[in-house]
Amino acid sequence: MRTISSTVISETVARLCQQANYRLPPDVLASLVTARERETTPRACGVLDQILDNAHVARERGIALCQDTGIAEVYLKMGQDAHIEGESLQEAVDRGVAQGYTTGFLRPSIVKDPLDRVNTGDNTPAVLSVTIVPGDKIEITVLPKGGGTENASAMRMFPPSAGWSAVMDFVLETVREKGINACPPLIIGVGIGGSFGTVCGLAKKGLFRPVGSVASDPAYAAREKELLSAVNSLDIGPMGLGGRTTALAVHIEHGPCHIACLPVAVSLLCHSMRRLTETL
Amino acid sequence: MPRRLVTSDLVQQIPALKAGDELLISGTLFTARDAAHKRLAQIIADKQALPLDLVGSVIYYCGPAPARPGDAVGPCGPTTSTRMDPYTPMLLSLGVKATIGKGKRSPQITAACRDHQAIYCVATGGVAALLSQRVKRSQIVAFPDLGPEAIWRFEVEDFPVLVATDTKGNDIFAR
Repeated sequence: MRTISSTVISETVARLCQQANYRLPPDVLASLVTARERETTPRACGVLDQILDNAHVARERGIALCQDTGIAEVYLKMGQDAHIEGESLQEAVDRGVAQGYTTGFLRPSIVKDPLDRVNTGDNTPAVLSVTIVPGDKIEITVLPKGGGTENASAMRMFPPSAGWSAVMDFVLETVREKGINACPPLIIGVGIGGSFGTVCGLAKKGLFRPVGSVASDPAYAAREKELLSAVNSLDIGPMGLGGRTTALAVHIEHGPCHIACLPVAVSLLCHSMRRLTETL
Repeated sequence: MPRRLVTSDLVQQIPALKAGDELLISGTLFTARDAAHKRLAQIIADKQALPLDLVGSVIYYCGPAPARPGDAVGPCGPTTSTRMDPYTPMLLSLGVKATIGKGKRSPQITAACRDHQAIYCVATGGVAALLSQRVKRSQIVAFPDLGPEAIWRFEVEDFPVLVATDTKGNDIFAR
């Protein structure tokens, strides 16, 4: 059994919130550079140049890439031989988010009640997901998720007979209808299977995979390639102004499901794709 | 090549602008997003005095992040415009001449831009750090209790936008 203080969790979450919001991950940056080389129209090139310049300015000056510094989604892989001493895990994470956002000049974007809509002022509470894994380490990932991309999410229950072609049509329909507002070039997470409650989590899990990575199952790797090519044929392009790069990646995560069901969920991420991981 | 315009000129020149024109705007923008629009609509419904002069104004759909000490403004990119669609025809009828945001809007906005001789422009979403460098001064002018959703007055220099909807019913997203 290894003991980790809740203060260390808070400090790590605070640091991750700030650094994630100031710096694009290297895989996303590399993929944007490649996209810029492939584009030919002045508008698409202009938008991608602004995105690359923005990443430089934000990093150099230690300011947020996007004013929407997101809802703080915190994913914790908790080793079953690790023990947290001090506050509850949710309290520790929330304290880290509050500290990270208020001292890091990040925008508080959370309202306490969805109908009364009064801002909590410090971006808490975090959306905390915990998975128990073997070992005694704690891996913490912070993904600040913008509201514009959350509004572009979609979920539908299909009959099993609908199959892969219906999944493809659904993803393409979602990108066609809502993709522009999610700030393309996008990263597209697709969840297939599970239940009504878990399929959205599968779609989000897809957002964590490095851009450019290939699904471990060859059948799904082929489907990802097919879908990415179809999405990039829509001519939505960077910020919806036309071009070859509507998405940088499509990542599919799948899981077992009921004999009567084919749940599908789509989660989009903007080009300001922020996520950062640290292991304690 | 982008056209350089100051906000007073922008108002005069609006009828000549076409969807697809690139502009570098200098002058005054007022930020307003979801909560500020809701409050403005309530003030208008109650026939009370508005906290800003809408005639000839430019509204920027933006809720900036806090500024670091010494910076004129915090990161300040555009938010999704279509959420403001329910309020926009009314604001255009009261004299707003241009709105700036991101993304495609409803057909009602194209019609309202034609009816009120106004334009809708897009700025690049997600490049808030870059855009903040074009804001020289900022000040809250209304609703400070709304936090990031307060109305700010921005004095901008060469703020880059693209005309998305012009006064003739053209829309760059109608492809």
